[in-house]
Amino acid sequence: MQRRAFLQLAAGGVTLALARPWGALAAAAGHYDRLLILIELKGGNDGLNTVVPYADSAYYELRPRLAIPRDQVLQLDARAGLHPSLQPLMALWGNRELAIVQSVGYPSANLSHFRSIEIWDTASKSSEYLSDGWLTRAFAGAPVPQSFAADGVIVGSNEMGPFAGGGTRALALTNTDQFMRQAKLAAPEGSSRNPALNHILKVEQDVAQAAANLAPNYTLRTEFPQHAFGNALKTVAQVVASKAGVAAVKVSHTGFDTHSGQLGTQLAEGLVALRAALQEAGRWDAALIMTYCEFGRRPHENQSGGTDHGTANAHFVLGGRVRGGLYGLPPALTRLDGNGNLPFAVDFRDLYATALDQWWGIDSSVALNGRFRPVDVLKA
Amino acid sequence: MLERILMWVVFLAGIALLARSHAAVGAPMGFDEARHLLNRTSFAAGPDDIKRFAQLTRAQAVDQLLASTTTRAKTPPPEWASSFESPRRLRAMSEEERKAFQREQFEKGVDLRAWWMTEMLTTPSPLTEKMVLFWHNHFVSSLQKVRSPVLMYRQNQLLRRHALGYFGDLLHAVARDPAMVIYLDSASNRKGRPNENFAREVMELFTLGEGNYREQDIKEAARAFTGWSIDPDTGEFLLRPMIHDEGEKTVLGRSGNLDGDAVLDILLAQPQTAEFIVAKLWREFVSPAPDPAEVRRIARMFRDNRYNIQVALRALLTSDAFYAPQNRAALIKSPIELIVGTLREFRFETGEPLPFLFVSRELGQDLFAPPNVKGWPGGDAWINSATLLRRKQLLERLFRAQEMRQPPVMARDEDKAKGAGRITDGKERLARAMQDINFDADRWLAQFPPGDTHLTRVVLATDPVNPPEAGAQGLDMLRQLVLDPAYQLK
Repeated sequence: MQRRAFLQLAAGGVTLALARPWGALAAAAGHYDRLLILIELKGGNDGLNTVVPYADSAYYELRPRLAIPRDQVLQLDARAGLHPSLQPLMALWGNRELAIVQSVGYPSANLSHFRSIEIWDTASKSSEYLSDGWLTRAFAGAPVPQSFAADGVIVGSNEMGPFAGGGTRALALTNTDQFMRQAKLAAPEGSSRNPALNHILKVEQDVAQAAANLAPNYTLRTEFPQHAFGNALKTVAQVVASKAGVAAVKVSHTGFDTHSGQLGTQLAEGLVALRAALQEAGRWDAALIMTYCEFGRRPHENQSGGTDHGTANAHFVLGGRVRGGLYGLPPALTRLDGNGNLPFAVDFRDLYATALDQWWGIDSSVALNGRFRPVDVLKA
Repeated sequence: MLERILMWVVFLAGIALLARSHAAVGAPMGFDEARHLLNRTSFAAGPDDIKRFAQLTRAQAVDQLLASTTTRAKTPPPEWASSFESPRRLRAMSEEERKAFQREQFEKGVDLRAWWMTEMLTTPSPLTEKMVLFWHNHFVSSLQKVRSPVLMYRQNQLLRRHALGYFGDLLHAVARDPAMVIYLDSASNRKGRPNENFAREVMELFTLGEGNYREQDIKEAARAFTGWSIDPDTGEFLLRPMIHDEGEKTVLGRSGNLDGDAVLDILLAQPQTAEFIVAKLWREFVSPAPDPAEVRRIARMFRDNRYNIQVALRALLTSDAFYAPQNRAALIKSPIELIVGTLREFRFETGEPLPFLFVSRELGQDLFAPPNVKGWPGGDAWINSATLLRRKQLLERLFRAQEMRQPPVMARDEDKAKGAGRITDGKERLARAMQDINFDADRWLAQFPPGDTHLTRVVLATDPVNPPEAGAQGLDMLRQLVLDPAYQLK
């Protein structure tokens, strides 16, 4: 009974803390006033048909059926161009707000969806098994202020990914209104020695705190495309606009396991709508958006008009403080390994180091178990 | 002196061991062990069943559960289940016809889920359904990709036939199952241009587990499976010799002109396969952390008995680990277990199972549509802020069923004009199904005469986190128990 009273008191304190204006909260948050948005392209996006090496004849030889004809490619420079379905992103490219990092991967790539995404999510070596996500380790080293609604928000998936592990306050949301309606059923109460029960109790506590902080106080005008990915991004934008305080967001977009068939238009439409909403909320300059996924796909197309599991991949980094342009190295289509897969040039942990060292200003070596060299995609 | 002490220690340990094995083998299991066994294997159990099982030994109880399992569903199949629609028909269709066809397929998908949910709610052998669901989550195929409700229905029948049979038979049958052939792209795996999807997943997820094979094994195995296809007119499995690779292949050190069945036999001969399956059964039935020595012991029995699934299950369910205090209430109920368990345990009256299909999907478990080939991750992953709240909302709604019931809606004139057949408007069907849910609290509570202390022990697998308020009784107390975090555990 006493414990319950104490928790209520604590919850009251949290509400008070949030009643302060946004500026004060931002000051207290330090580096976490800058938001990181991770977009998972679930299944393994085909980087070669996303950022097309249209001047490389090897590309057309490896993909007699799947290659994007040169005249349909949206040219970025004399060698690389975007898939035509990414047309909406050309506006960002023109504004120099879109960075494209090519040949991202890691040594001894694993071709299993599940193992490879675990490697990305835990920032481990190929031979190393870690259970905590890389953001969980980052937040353990440099805690997110308790006044924030949550350390992380997950939309479009039930997987904790980079937030995995006990320490993080990660909130899975389908939509914010529904969350607020249901949250009153949560009853935060203590902890237990039973690990399964302890997990449930922790989720209840996270819900109670988030509900106290996440009251929607802003209605977005930006329209989002009518598909699952559009809806997920809308939820993200609402969380950001509510100014509840969240350090990082993970959004999952599915359907990239294209053993047969290839890329659609939803990704670019969604990203452009997200940018508009963040601009509307005044947070575009305080947001860093990065795509990631378990692997790229094999350069050689398969018999089914699709592509099998591959290795190195191209990824997008965008935001108001991003220095647009091409980074990394073009895909080395003439230097494929024994499985017919691409060598990598940029370690994915270099991108994580960019987010940790340069975006948040926290020491990345703790979270990444080593020194990685940030990719210079941010404006000074 | 030391010697004497040691002798005493050995002597006492011997007595303790004897007593323990006596409890395990000879003595009736008692109320709490019976509750634990039935809850883990049968979705839920009422006080009568628990009391009946309490009189049996562990071995007798498990034998009785295994003897009750079946290989066929008792719920009649959906009426379309025997007629395969060839995808070739689509080519000749107009845009309008194609849209109508797709709508029809969607409705069949709903029928299919409703069929299985009905079977789970009414079967006399819930263990059969638990095992069919286990294999559905092991040999994953999804309606999202297969797009044929008929083939997914046939796959469910196949899983059902072998659910408690022999794992080797099951593996060979699944590899030729048309829904699987489509789901993992076997149909487009051809000589000279292999598609590795099935070869990879059969090793990583169906038999050996990650780390027990090399990339080269996958490449070679993919060649062995070339030509495994389906007949587009009948939807039956078809071997296409013209596109089968007859060359020499080497898989896990065995070479020859291997075909797909030979590769499956090579995989079955590896001890890792038996260990992989037993560890997965352990996580389903015993605890989140398999004991490696016990897994090896049971896996050896499993393999020595031609992969008889009943042998593995019997060993797990009679083991001391299964009944160990630290493994009670150690697992989180899956959405299906929560829904089916609650409806069965409290003997809810229900109409069409539509509302439960929607809610299980919202809770992360859409039957016939696991998220990917690895299946539902389960365990702690079932519970996050969104799903925990939705679970509580469901329970809240179910235990307010009586007060939410309104007088039956009068059939509208248009409905009468359409005839008394099935109501096609989805929203209205759902609303009616919600109205049909009823819980007779008085009757259920009457199972516990005044002074009976078993109620909390029947409802919860462990002590409640928030004990019901003093003075709470009847339906009010029941609501507090099912909304307690402990109700999410099994």
